[in-house]
Amino acid sequence: MRHALSETFSGLRRNAGITFAVIMTMWVSLSLFGAGIIAAQQVSLLKNEWYDKVELSVFLCTDKMTGNNCDKGQDATQEQKDQILQAIKNSPEVEEVFYESKSEAYEQFQETFKDSPVKDSLSMQEMQDSYRVKLVDPQQYQGIKSQLSTMRGVQNVQDLHQVLDPIFKWLNALQWGTIGLSVLLLLAAALQISTTIRMATFTRGREIGIMRLVGASNFYIMGPFLMESLISALVGAFLAAGTLVFGVWFIIMRNAQQSLQTIRWIGWPETGLAVGSMLLVAIVLSIIPTMISARRYLKV
Amino acid sequence: MIKFEEVSRIYSGQNKAALAGVTVEIGKGEFVFLVGGSGSGKSTFLRLVLREFRPTTGKVYVAGKNIGSLPERKIPALRREIGMVSQDFRLLPGKTVFENVAFALQVIGKPRSLIKKVVPETLEMVGLGDKTDRKPDELSGGEQQRVAIARAFVNHPKILLADEPTGNLDPETSVGIMKLLNRINRSETTVVMATHDWAMVDQMRKRVIELENGHIVRDQERGIYGARG
Repeated sequence: MRHALSETFSGLRRNAGITFAVIMTMWVSLSLFGAGIIAAQQVSLLKNEWYDKVELSVFLCTDKMTGNNCDKGQDATQEQKDQILQAIKNSPEVEEVFYESKSEAYEQFQETFKDSPVKDSLSMQEMQDSYRVKLVDPQQYQGIKSQLSTMRGVQNVQDLHQVLDPIFKWLNALQWGTIGLSVLLLLAAALQISTTIRMATFTRGREIGIMRLVGASNFYIMGPFLMESLISALVGAFLAAGTLVFGVWFIIMRNAQQSLQTIRWIGWPETGLAVGSMLLVAIVLSIIPTMISARRYLKV
Repeated sequence: MIKFEEVSRIYSGQNKAALAGVTVEIGKGEFVFLVGGSGSGKSTFLRLVLREFRPTTGKVYVAGKNIGSLPERKIPALRREIGMVSQDFRLLPGKTVFENVAFALQVIGKPRSLIKKVVPETLEMVGLGDKTDRKPDELSGGEQQRVAIARAFVNHPKILLADEPTGNLDPETSVGIMKLLNRINRSETTVVMATHDWAMVDQMRKRVIELENGHIVRDQERGIYGARG
């Protein structure tokens, strides 16, 4: 054990430059990787929250609206409204429904944009009456949506998927991009480690040859190399974990959470999961390339 | 102690066998010269005993065990029973004589107290008791080979293999090395020495196994190097 430790540290010293490079690469790549995981968790949190709130908004025709189911120049008639409401209420997929009138919609609009000049851009006459439909299972919205879309007096049926899907598509792309980039960097780190070990086995070739000859165990020979890779990877991982924890605290907890209180933000448990994955990746990515190069170059 | 049964070894990429159907037995405590020209299979013979590779066909037994079927993790244990000395000494240049010999015990996990006792004894035996703190480059070739022998013998192996141990040494120094190997042999250690040194072989009158193109062409008690030399 004493031997393993002293060999490990002399190895780290001998390869100070490349050890530094391994630590840096690990640091950056694992930080990216961790950020990717954090982002993924944040996105899925938002997805669950938002998609659970998904309602169908059934906008009714007005005299200014044109639509396939609208009678030109005329609001949806009471008869049409009744039929639509009946259809909604008869659907087993619907949990509840309420009516939002033009004026309510206008108030809502004024409230949402109360601090913005946008609030004056629409008049009450330009708003639409609508039915707001809450579904039993927010994922099952297609059937009722297509059914309502064809009814007379319905100008448009909007669901949140139309709005949210593109956003999530971009968020997903961003998050996978981050993870993909980090995987590339992690691969580079793994190759660096394997090169380091190859160089180390080469410089210590004679010593290793003698160890093999006199019957030193494989673990005894490989131990210092494994420790060397593991230590540099773990130092990189801890730096990355520190970076991530600081980032979560500074960006999410101190800033984003304060200014955007309406949505849920990830917290320490999710950060813990990301840090755990980073450590795991660091361990695996240091041990496996070391074993592979060592097996090849320390062959008994 | 060492038994070869119909052993052949073909290196990958070559169609000629380095050893071809060799059957031979070397008993406990024997001293054997392995002679033959370059490429006759001497080194392959020694490396098979060390289990650096498996025979292509046939069986190699060391101390009663078929080492061809030895799993990789048990190879270190086998090697601890075998000392190996080579032509180029293979010393670690950064370490002193003492450290070089101690290294062989350290890396198999022997306690420090034992190392402190056994290493000076062994160095005394090979005649380097007064040079324990020198570095290899401060020693003559013969002295370096003595260090290598001390390292091979310090763990008191059952078998000592020597591959051309006098190949780089002048005849006088070689005699000293031979005497040392002979002395090790008298302590019940089986010694197998591959050599070109016909004068040495003729002088020692030990068992001679001669290889040619991978075949044993002679196995003679109290032999001489032979006409081919």
